[in-house]
Amino acid sequence: MEILERRAALTGIGQSEVGRRLGRDPLELTLDACLAAIADAGLSPREIDGLSTYPGGMGGAPGFTGAGVTDVHDALRLELNWYTGGIERPGQLGAVIDACAAVATGLATHVLCFRSVWEGTAQGKGGRAGIGVGDGGGRGLRAAGAMMELTLPFRAYSAANWIAMNAQRHFHEYGTTREQLAWIAINARRNAAGNPNAIYRDPLSLDDYLSARLVSTPFCLYDCDVPCDGATAMIVSRADRARDLRRPPLRVEAVGSALRGRPSWDQFDDLTTMALRDAAKMLWERTDLRPADVDVAELYDGFSFIALAWLEALGFCGVGEGGPFVDGGARIARDGEIPINTNGGQLSGGRLHGFGFLHEACVQLWGEGGARQVPGDPRVAVAAAGGGPLGGCLLLARE
Amino acid sequence: MADLPFRVLPRVTRANEHFWRGGAEGRLQFLRCTKCGTWIHPPSPVCPTCYAKELEVAAVSGLATVATFTLNHQPWVPAPDHPYAIAIVELDEQRGLRLMTNIVNCPAESVHIGMRVHVVFEQREDVWIPLFEPAVES
Repeated sequence: MEILERRAALTGIGQSEVGRRLGRDPLELTLDACLAAIADAGLSPREIDGLSTYPGGMGGAPGFTGAGVTDVHDALRLELNWYTGGIERPGQLGAVIDACAAVATGLATHVLCFRSVWEGTAQGKGGRAGIGVGDGGGRGLRAAGAMMELTLPFRAYSAANWIAMNAQRHFHEYGTTREQLAWIAINARRNAAGNPNAIYRDPLSLDDYLSARLVSTPFCLYDCDVPCDGATAMIVSRADRARDLRRPPLRVEAVGSALRGRPSWDQFDDLTTMALRDAAKMLWERTDLRPADVDVAELYDGFSFIALAWLEALGFCGVGEGGPFVDGGARIARDGEIPINTNGGQLSGGRLHGFGFLHEACVQLWGEGGARQVPGDPRVAVAAAGGGPLGGCLLLARE
Repeated sequence: MADLPFRVLPRVTRANEHFWRGGAEGRLQFLRCTKCGTWIHPPSPVCPTCYAKELEVAAVSGLATVATFTLNHQPWVPAPDHPYAIAIVELDEQRGLRLMTNIVNCPAESVHIGMRVHVVFEQREDVWIPLFEPAVES
């Protein structure tokens, strides 16, 4: 069986200004990122014939999406052969996985992929919004659909509550502790110091972490990512058309898009993990590379525990061993066994929602991380995004 | 009622009213397949095990075990009772028959995985929210 995604390559990346509350037009941020990615690949907008995004134009939580397919298509007057936007897919990076499939099957040659958020500005100066309490309950509207109807009436207003229950179960079965989990957050903050675009760059100590206010046990403030404004984009090209472009192409070695358990925050068979278990398993089913071959891993940390779950699922440590593995931070540091979240992740870098991880994987493979560059000329990277019922990942290799 | 915390209420439909209104008679109800006996949650028109459509509404004992939980401290909405306990409980009737809920009528700090609990209903308008409290088992 040919692994068709190897016909796809990452050829360019772009990012807008990123900030806590920029107060800028989210479409303008989106277009800044898109045009930067197109130029980075050495292409012009006329050569873009595919467009893909997550979650697309929709309602939902304030600032959750800054632009949909139609917005970008029309703003850049693109001439498209293939396009898609939507939320029912294997996590945020599902939009990129779809783009790989599109170029592999010849439906498109150069696909512009983007994700845009403006949650920082949209949520204003108040506390972080809970799902369904902004527009919903307060006005007497009722929750509908399994996800909302079976969570909100139980005052579980946020993924912070839902994922905290996965973490709690992991703590129970494997003896994981807050003192261990803390290192996901501390590592992210250390790396953010080397990222000029990161939101929080001041040092974070274990004491700071342990004395922070609790959000939803076992999570404290520093286990939760930080809403921000910003857009991220990348170009997925046909590998056979990528070689003449500006950069050395980053071949897509394998993708993981599986969800074999139930698609639910609370009904998944193993409460110590989530959909990402299946996506990670599929990734390794499609390549001869092994976890030990990976030089850098950018792992979704919407909540700290999700990154720990990705570490286990991707086989960087054993199932249940994530706590001891990250304890002390040495193994996951920039010069460690498997450097993770080299740009500060979403915990310190800002909640760019999935695409930031793939962007950073490319930065590292192209050797442009500057102060945060992983040493040793990394050639293989994994980018993974999503928690709960969302999970998708890509393994990239520089030729 | 004035001291009860705010709740977003569910939209009741033909498909889910057995679940949200069974509490009026003190019954926690789910769909059950009459062919193979599988309990189904959330409701679906087809049995996920044998794909039969011959489903009935049936009551469970209301006994369950806390599979996991979290104590919510974050004031998503103002409430008099932070932290409060959100849990996923597994009903005695079937492995994997789970429900997100709140554990009530006990100190939040006493909630733990493996805790035995029993359903108790809180009426809000036209729905009966299934919550769980510590079980008294002989």
